[in-house]
Amino acid sequence: MAVISRGFHGRARDKGHELPPGQYETTGFPVLSAGPTPVVSLDDWEFTVRTETGVRYSWNWQELMALPSETPTVDIHCVTKWSKFGTRWQGVSLDVLLADVESGAEYALVRSYGDYTTNLPLEDLLDGKAWVAYRFDDEELPAEHGGPARLLVPHLYFWKSAKWVSGIQLLDEEEQGFWETVGYHNYGDPWREQRYQGD
Amino acid sequence: MARAAVPGRLGARLRWLEARLTGRHDESDTARTLVFDVPGWPGHLPGQHVDVRLTAEDGYSTQRSYSIANASDGERVELTVERIDDGEVSPYLVDVLEVGDVIELRGPVGGWFVWRPDEQKEPVLLVAGGSGLVPLMAMIRTRRALGNRVPFRLVYSLRAPRSQLFVPDLRTADPGLDRTFLYSRSAPERWPRPPGRITANDLSAGGWPPDFEPACYVCGSTGFVETAAGLLVALGHDPRRIRTERFGPGG
Repeated sequence: MAVISRGFHGRARDKGHELPPGQYETTGFPVLSAGPTPVVSLDDWEFTVRTETGVRYSWNWQELMALPSETPTVDIHCVTKWSKFGTRWQGVSLDVLLADVESGAEYALVRSYGDYTTNLPLEDLLDGKAWVAYRFDDEELPAEHGGPARLLVPHLYFWKSAKWVSGIQLLDEEEQGFWETVGYHNYGDPWREQRYQGD
Repeated sequence: MARAAVPGRLGARLRWLEARLTGRHDESDTARTLVFDVPGWPGHLPGQHVDVRLTAEDGYSTQRSYSIANASDGERVELTVERIDDGEVSPYLVDVLEVGDVIELRGPVGGWFVWRPDEQKEPVLLVAGGSGLVPLMAMIRTRRALGNRVPFRLVYSLRAPRSQLFVPDLRTADPGLDRTFLYSRSAPERWPRPPGRITANDLSAGGWPPDFEPACYVCGSTGFVETAAGLLVALGHDPRRIRTERFGPGG
């Protein structure tokens, strides 16, 4: 039973747009990251998929740009409590990148420039649920928001949408990423409020 | 989407706890420290935060995260909250909450932006912008409470003298803690450094040489953290030794 906070009324609620539990709406775009923003040159940029058997697939920036892109408009939910509705992106669907990858893996460990990692089930990257995004709001994705390219997995808390993405390791067994090893949830569904391990 | 719930260890679960306000005091012209008694509080590491949950009579409920300001001390939890004028939660905590009132919190949360005195022996550089000082203050207080000898340096950027947090505490003699104050808008009279934003020179003079391999903790607004962390990297600090925490608006 929740404790009622005497004299707390909260902001006027927007009944038209539903927030996941514990979230509030922001119109800004806050930044969350664990360390300095890495500088990644497009000449050196590479996106690599490694399978559970060690087979490697990779794309440089020109190859990524040559792939068909999509322009999803999605709501995003950060574990630090803010949600932002109707964000507009451009990127390549993981369905395109993984289409010819031979794998029976169940899990993915996503890697970033700057050594960040995050884990999620592979199926959450498929079926139109995830992109490697390189434009936001009709502009190049700024470095502090993960540019040149970041993962976009909007149905999970936003730390799963790894900034400065460099690749994906496919795994038979789940392996925890950066925030997950320090107490954040392995899956991170905002609608079930899976913020921390044990939620 | 249907997925089986992943069973978690119940002992590892962060539960909502009742927190009773036992004291409060002004910390600056816009910030107030709230002292809570939290039965069942497991203790915390300096740098960790809590989630605060407020619930209105109609059942509406919202949450925010706040850094813990005090060194771990039984069931006592101190939060220093900056009042954000158009915020939903911070004006309530700062202006409405009274001694004896109960809110809910859970934690401690976060295992990255923490100082672990049992394991970390390297020098420490704390870089604070405004209310970003709060989790760093918990590190300073923990070091002091333990009698720890690890050398600390604090570089604290603040708008003006009246916005300083923890004035009495930072005036206290604390051997091995070097303090540098940078005023961004207006400095005290005859202050040697003209008011302005943080520079490489400030971090070089007030921090440690990169070859000392200090642990660097940077906390403040997004703009401040981007700038300060970038300057530390440019000075030669290994990005892996720079931990950042950003305070967004919206509180």
